Amino acid sequence: MDDTIAAIATAYGEGGIGIIRVSGPETLEILRKIFVPQGNGIENRKMTYGHIMDPENGQIVDEVLSVFMESPHTYTKEDVAEIDCHGSMVSLRKTLELALRNGARLAEPGEFTKRAFLNGRLDLSQAEAVIDLIKAKTDKSFDVAMEQLEGSLSSEIKKIRQKMMDLLVNVTVNIDYPDEDIEELTYENMEIAISQLDDMIEKLLDTADSGRILREGLKVAIIGKPNVGKSSLMNQLLKESRAIVTDIPGTTRDTIEEVVSIKNIPVTITDTAGIRDTEDKIEQIGIEKSKKSFNEADLIIFVMDSSREISAEDEEIMDYIGTRRCIVLMNKIDLGSIWNKERIQEKLPNGAVLETSMLERSGAEKIEAEILDMVYSGKARQNESLFVTNARHKDLLERAKKSLDDAAAMAGMREAMDFIEVDIKNSYDFLGEIIGETVSDDIINEVFSRFCLGK
Amino acid sequence: MSGYIMGQYDVIVVGAGHAGCEAALAAARMGKKTLILSINLEAIAMMACNPSIGGTGKGHLVREIDALGGEMGLNIDKTFIQSKMLNTAKGPAVHSLRAQADKNRYHEEMKKTLELQDNLDLKQGEAVDLVIEDGKACGVVMRTHSIYRCKAVILATGTFLKGKIFIGESVFDSGPNGLAPSMELGENLRKLGLPMRRFKTGTPARALGKSLDYSKMTEQLGDEKIVPFSFLNNGLEKEQISCWLTYTNEETHTVIRNNFQRSALFGGQIEGVGPRYCPSIEDKVNRFADKKRHQLFIEPEGLSTDEIYIQGMSSSLPEDVQRDFYQTIPGLENLEIVRPAYAIEYDCIDPLDLKLNLENRQIENLFCAGQFNGSSGYEEAAAQGLMAGINAVLKIDKKNPFILQRNEAYIGVLIDDLVTKGTNEPYRIMTSRAEYRLVLRQDNADLRLTEKSHALGLATEERYRKFLDKKEIVFNEQKRLERAMVDPQDINDFLVERGSTPIQKKMSILELMKRPQVGYDDLSFVDPERPLLSDHARTQLEVQIKYEGYIAKQEQQIQRFKKLEDKKLESDFNYDEVEGIRIEARQKLNQFKPVSLGQASRISGISPADINVLLIHLEKMRRKK
Repeated sequence: MDDTIAAIATAYGEGGIGIIRVSGPETLEILRKIFVPQGNGIENRKMTYGHIMDPENGQIVDEVLSVFMESPHTYTKEDVAEIDCHGSMVSLRKTLELALRNGARLAEPGEFTKRAFLNGRLDLSQAEAVIDLIKAKTDKSFDVAMEQLEGSLSSEIKKIRQKMMDLLVNVTVNIDYPDEDIEELTYENMEIAISQLDDMIEKLLDTADSGRILREGLKVAIIGKPNVGKSSLMNQLLKESRAIVTDIPGTTRDTIEEVVSIKNIPVTITDTAGIRDTEDKIEQIGIEKSKKSFNEADLIIFVMDSSREISAEDEEIMDYIGTRRCIVLMNKIDLGSIWNKERIQEKLPNGAVLETSMLERSGAEKIEAEILDMVYSGKARQNESLFVTNARHKDLLERAKKSLDDAAAMAGMREAMDFIEVDIKNSYDFLGEIIGETVSDDIINEVFSRFCLGK
Repeated sequence: MSGYIMGQYDVIVVGAGHAGCEAALAAARMGKKTLILSINLEAIAMMACNPSIGGTGKGHLVREIDALGGEMGLNIDKTFIQSKMLNTAKGPAVHSLRAQADKNRYHEEMKKTLELQDNLDLKQGEAVDLVIEDGKACGVVMRTHSIYRCKAVILATGTFLKGKIFIGESVFDSGPNGLAPSMELGENLRKLGLPMRRFKTGTPARALGKSLDYSKMTEQLGDEKIVPFSFLNNGLEKEQISCWLTYTNEETHTVIRNNFQRSALFGGQIEGVGPRYCPSIEDKVNRFADKKRHQLFIEPEGLSTDEIYIQGMSSSLPEDVQRDFYQTIPGLENLEIVRPAYAIEYDCIDPLDLKLNLENRQIENLFCAGQFNGSSGYEEAAAQGLMAGINAVLKIDKKNPFILQRNEAYIGVLIDDLVTKGTNEPYRIMTSRAEYRLVLRQDNADLRLTEKSHALGLATEERYRKFLDKKEIVFNEQKRLERAMVDPQDINDFLVERGSTPIQKKMSILELMKRPQVGYDDLSFVDPERPLLSDHARTQLEVQIKYEGYIAKQEQQIQRFKKLEDKKLESDFNYDEVEGIRIEARQKLNQFKPVSLGQASRISGISPADINVLLIHLEKMRRKK
């Protein structure tokens, strides 16, 4: 008996159209929950127009075309549904999340194809391709996952798991060592612990739901005195990221704002006009604009010409940045750098220094990587140190929370501890999957290291 | 090989402890001519450590052994002197039966059972070597040069194999409890290339009850209503003996701390790895320095002796230190020790060298069980002994091995853990080791396993009939309860009193029973047509109805788990032919030869991606056929 899986079936981020594919025994049930068809309702193998709606609050997520295909004449030989979303990347993700929240599990890399093959759909010659797919996608998703886990998400998950482990160890020792001289775990204490854990997971999920960066994108301000390479940086970023979602024309002649997509994250880049005081009335307006976008930015890129002496204006800019997070772009290193990194680091304690030359293509790539790194490690925002961006992580967090909620409900009904433990253990395992730790012997190890037990 | 042939058997069991006894009885009961060997027949089913059977997880094992036609449950039912159901405040899945045994009687009854068993011979003697021909075990060489030939050997050597005892500075070769060790066999097994290792365990002192002051201790009574271990027994009644609880104190810890350097444990003489769940008292004081006191139970060793067992206080300190620290304990001030505490180190095999049927990977027809496999505990040993006995017979008869899955029995969890994951310390079963605890209950061990033991020829006709009867009774009663309706006015006062919501319209007794505050027995007053049920049947019925939802949820998980377990891998499968598995995983798989994808997924170092690739490969091969 297989479970039901769902995923975005089209390549990420290219344009606004995408397909969500769902496969498995609960497909129809899930579709009925989240899809409101117009007209006659859902019919087998018939493209239907309608809306994706969040069944919890009745909110319309997207206007879609959807088709349900009954097994066995489908790609996976299971019941399959495909939903063509027409809105943005955000509504595509939202639709997927709804499918996941209503009974589907996020598909593993290559899982649709794997099921198709195992159910006899593909012929033998395609088996190798399936294996390659699993391998390649697994490696890739592993890399991506690792990239995202480098930062505070993984340490946050570890913190939650550690706390959950405390609880599990207590439950386990109470169950397996009823005769020992240890403190009995009361339902009250258990409920407190569960609700604390629940809050911690909830908080993480909130960052995913409100995930401002995904919804609104990241605001980046480029700053620097004239002629240091700001424009070429801007141009390169625009060239490197092929998918330009929109472009908003600059509102004044000095501030140019562009929206680009870097690895699916909409990034609004503002090329500021500088912040130096001037008497020119028109320039003054530009400077005010610049200061505003500078203050609103999530991330600042400070561009400087490393082949020239530090000027008073550079000093001024650095004072202005102060302790904010920024990327310091030491440009024109090909002309011989005379600035030293340590000094900049001293003035800008939260600056990541990049040495590059905008004449080379690698410059923009380096910056993109740095921006992504800051996003995923949670450094890109001042007040929001952590957020969940990966759909798989979110799916697992939701599952972990659901299990914990079940545990809380049972604790409330004063059901036996060993029943409750099953759900807490599931929650612990889901969290473990996020960071790639699923071995559960660690609970037994902890039992022995924390409690004095035995004959 | 020099020597003379003394006999020809189907199965020879080396060792007559808890594993050996079950192995020999199973083989003999399945019709095989069987020989059981023991260095000393007084050591048959000897309880070398604590005088009790059962406990959490262990009690489950005993119930399973019983359902499979083993002897442990019956033997403890004959010889217990106190019985207690543990964990009754928790769910039915972790209710655990434990009984204090009369050690001598436990040994005597088991010995007599062996003696009277058809097809089974007992011999006192020391096995010193195995006869191996064409890579197959086919005989045992004795110290006296006599040779017994056979078709399968089961090794169940316990702590005898190259046993070495530590009491303070004193170290000497010895089996448990002053019995002779088995030195030569250990050497010869190493020569055969078996991956042997050293494990360690320990036992507290035994003292005389007359030297104790019980007035300073807390009495621990047995249960009023005795629940038997064996499914064949109903309503046992017996006068029970009490155990006693007392505690160590700072003075005890000071004595121990001042003598750390005299302990063999800290002296570095012990190379064996001991279990973390039964640390010696010096280990407890050392590792849990902030704990002000440690509890200990005084447990009688039997009715025909005044000896008592000091549970919680094993040690490898010298005798004078032992006397000094035991005597700091309230009630033990005048303690008269008759057997000192000791640590014992012994040879055992790395269980990764075994297959799921407990047969050695290198030497065919050589089966292994008990502490020899790196486990600890009488119950764990007996469970493996039984399985080794069954599988030795099946091997001789060229039949499929008898493997219990992780979702079928704690025995399955125990053996799969040992042979698939291995162990770095003596392995003890715990309910938390089982993924599907809610279905592996002690109350349904008979339902889970009796059909199987009947098919193997191990369940007697009496057992099988009783089992079918119970099944039918439970089934019928459940059907009846579904239909037995109760009117609101007859039940609502009771419900309110129990803090349960009153009902609006008629409701079946079965539905009412699902409420946490309401039990089967409580409802007899509204259920005049109720038949009289046995305890076994009533417990079964109640658990089945009350926890239906949880059990169904777990059943679903099991279905998913079984998908991989049911994908079998042939033993001659060549993993080099599978494209796409990582090299490390390929080596492990080639070496390990898992029997199923499920087992493969539990081998350390095998990733989910490897399993997926294997899955595709298997499908590819299936289609090519």
